[in-house]
Amino acid sequence: MSAGRRQERQAGDGGEPSMTEQAYNFAYLDEQTKRMIRRALLKALAIPGYQVPFASREMPMPYGWGTGGVQVSAAVLTPEDRMKVIDQGADDTTNAVSIRKFFERTAGVATTERTPEATVIQTRHRIPEAPLTENQILVYQVPIPEPLRFLEPRETETRKMHALEEYGLMHVKLYEDIARHGHIATAYAYPVKVEGRYVMDPSPIPKFDNPKIAGCPAIQLYGAGREQRIYAVPPWTAAESLDFEDHPFEASKADHPCALCGAEDSYLDEVIIDDTGGRMFVCSDTDYCRARREAGHTGAMGAPYETEAQA
Amino acid sequence: METASLGGGFADAPVDAARAFRACLNAMARPGRIETVAGAAPPAPLSVAAGVALLTLCDPETPVHLAGAHDCGAVRDWITFHTGAPFSGPAGAVFAVGSWAAVQPLDAYPIGTATYPDRSATLIVEMPGLTAEGGARLSGPGIRDSARLALPETAVFRRNAALFPLGLDFIFTAGDRLAALPRTTRVEDA
Amino acid sequence: MYVAVKGGERAIDNAHAWLAEERRGDTAVPELSVAQIREQMALAVNRVMAEGSLYDPELAALAIKQARGDLIEAIFLIRAYRTTLPRFGASAPVETARMACLRRISATFKDAPGGQVLGPTFDYTHRLLDFKLAADGEVPAAPETPAAPAEVPHITGFLNRDGLIQEEPAGDDTPPDLTREPLELPAGRALRLQSLTRGDEGFVLGMAYSTQRGYARNHAFVGELRIGTVAVEMEIPELGFAIEIGEIELTECETVNQFTGSKTEPPQFTRGYGLVFGQTERKAISMALVDRALRWKELGEEDSGAPAQDEEFVLYHADNIQATGFLEHIKLPHYVDFQSELELVRRIRAEAEAATSREAAE
Repeated sequence: MSAGRRQERQAGDGGEPSMTEQAYNFAYLDEQTKRMIRRALLKALAIPGYQVPFASREMPMPYGWGTGGVQVSAAVLTPEDRMKVIDQGADDTTNAVSIRKFFERTAGVATTERTPEATVIQTRHRIPEAPLTENQILVYQVPIPEPLRFLEPRETETRKMHALEEYGLMHVKLYEDIARHGHIATAYAYPVKVEGRYVMDPSPIPKFDNPKIAGCPAIQLYGAGREQRIYAVPPWTAAESLDFEDHPFEASKADHPCALCGAEDSYLDEVIIDDTGGRMFVCSDTDYCRARREAGHTGAMGAPYETEAQA
Repeated sequence: METASLGGGFADAPVDAARAFRACLNAMARPGRIETVAGAAPPAPLSVAAGVALLTLCDPETPVHLAGAHDCGAVRDWITFHTGAPFSGPAGAVFAVGSWAAVQPLDAYPIGTATYPDRSATLIVEMPGLTAEGGARLSGPGIRDSARLALPETAVFRRNAALFPLGLDFIFTAGDRLAALPRTTRVEDA
Repeated sequence: MYVAVKGGERAIDNAHAWLAEERRGDTAVPELSVAQIREQMALAVNRVMAEGSLYDPELAALAIKQARGDLIEAIFLIRAYRTTLPRFGASAPVETARMACLRRISATFKDAPGGQVLGPTFDYTHRLLDFKLAADGEVPAAPETPAAPAEVPHITGFLNRDGLIQEEPAGDDTPPDLTREPLELPAGRALRLQSLTRGDEGFVLGMAYSTQRGYARNHAFVGELRIGTVAVEMEIPELGFAIEIGEIELTECETVNQFTGSKTEPPQFTRGYGLVFGQTERKAISMALVDRALRWKELGEEDSGAPAQDEEFVLYHADNIQATGFLEHIKLPHYVDFQSELELVRRIRAEAEAATSREAAE
């Protein structure tokens, strides 16, 4: 092959990417992409729980790592926002750190770990414990947006099922669980019915968080990048966890107080602390736990807040 | 194309559009809530708010229907120059702009399909003013108990809501203010 | 006393620094230049361009260097870069009949106008490690013959003249763009081909191979395989005509497949088609076979339930960037979901044990 056929470039051999951060648009996405996502978001709010197809773009992070949430956040962020990013309830998990850094860099927005101070919160797998407010937007990262997917792998079929409001299969599945285990065997990504119409996947939050979706004052937006779907729950909207009269939905969690802050009402992570079966339970929402300790609450294994801050 | 059509766009598109969209998002998420927007100086009879909404949401992928007095050279040139959106009749419109009388009849616009209810038009309706006072009673998703917004009429929105999950969505504009009414909102006379 | 683990940000920075060091390897060994990768790892560069959907050998070589030779990672870098590029317009369809071929073979005719040109192929190399290459990669110049005629006609054109192969009329429709619109099913052929050409080589190969082994067998002959360069032209509205904006290298494969026919229609061969950036013939042949398998409906064939006939299955799983992202995401923290299942399993087990002990007591 002759070299003359090739386009020659100046940059390149040094191993430096040929595009700098400054070369990217506000919040990374180009304006046309943002408009496309924004139109999808408005339709998603107008049809609560319905999955709007959108032309998800390839992002500089892998599919499955929050590309949908990142695109939704990028489409709603303004320079005035203060953003919080959590993964598993924690601000300090590596992927949350990475996404927060991405927005600090590309949108120049202020960030915070404190739930009440945030105006946009991007989350993976949790809803914060602190009640959300009218001035907040909660953006969920969604891996598989289709609640019927594990019952019917074909998109062409599930789309029809939603159109016909044909959710019998889901009830059969839940009922079979009860027959086999005595319980509904879904512990996370527990489906909800929004405003009595669309059955929706709330993303893989523990079912403990399900009741927080309904009647929430904040706007809840869901982005699935790889699967190219956006959906939403407007504020003050009904979202009922599917159940049966004789087996009502129950938002469960580990039956312990938090070992650090003593909270009895928060969702807990289990931490293995030695090789002889020792374990402790701590708040999954690290900001909630910090705020409680700051306010003087201390759990069985926690140090008073000042001591820890100095450590 | 008149040189006037080259002006009146967003000065700093990424940031102006971001702020404008947040207003549209809040309006659609909280039906009846009135938001103030800025950044566009469109030619008459387009209001600032309608101009902002068009700049924020339209591009070559979204056919726009201009109804009545809005279908004039100045508006066409301005939209073409700033958004590149093509123009269409009501049946092919993703967005429509005009006064309440001009956007009629509503059954001319796409309301989506059973499998894709999102493929429905959004109507930007220019109003003489926006006020909650003495307005229709609104309830449904996005509204805590009830909200109020003065609407041109009410029965038509009840018929639209009855089509759910199909139906039209509305953005009402007056001056630099806008409010929205998605298909989910239940509308009752005051 | 317990203090929760912190320091995610520092951990990430350190990991990146370590990664950069590992990428460079032993500093006593000279660093690879992008030009070296572009020239001497050309088939890797071609794969990255094809699956990255961006024709730029220089950037593809850079991506390979940055990705430490992990081609899927390199494809990912290219895709993420591509998506930020502004679009100035669309080119006119390339004319592969006007390809300057460096390789052109047909398995259906012993000879045809334009001839059989082996070109730079591995086909008849004996796969013996060349230890001489370890010491010295310099090679004597290959013998040259005069350039092939400017236009080499397509083999399928000869069949077409006699009505022996199904007609593929040219269309003026703008093909959908998989990278700008969400995938919607059923997909037209243009969309399917687009998905296949940027699909993972291994996945498309596996699907194609399954058709040969009887899962929707479609009796493919390579009617023609050609590799070469074609001009890319773009219509410039201000000029009112098309100008050549560059040249790209392509591999095109046209298969001649199982004939169809009925009492009213005389039998005719059918077609499969593959077209891929660069010299990528394994991929182009695979693509043609899978394309043909996916056409069962329009050709009035039966759905045998084979994976390669299943449009939804093939199109949703061919993309290695989607696949690898989702596959690898399961290594991210899932404490919360796991904890919820752990609680549930503990509770069900406790209830089962209680029931067993109650029964034993009765």
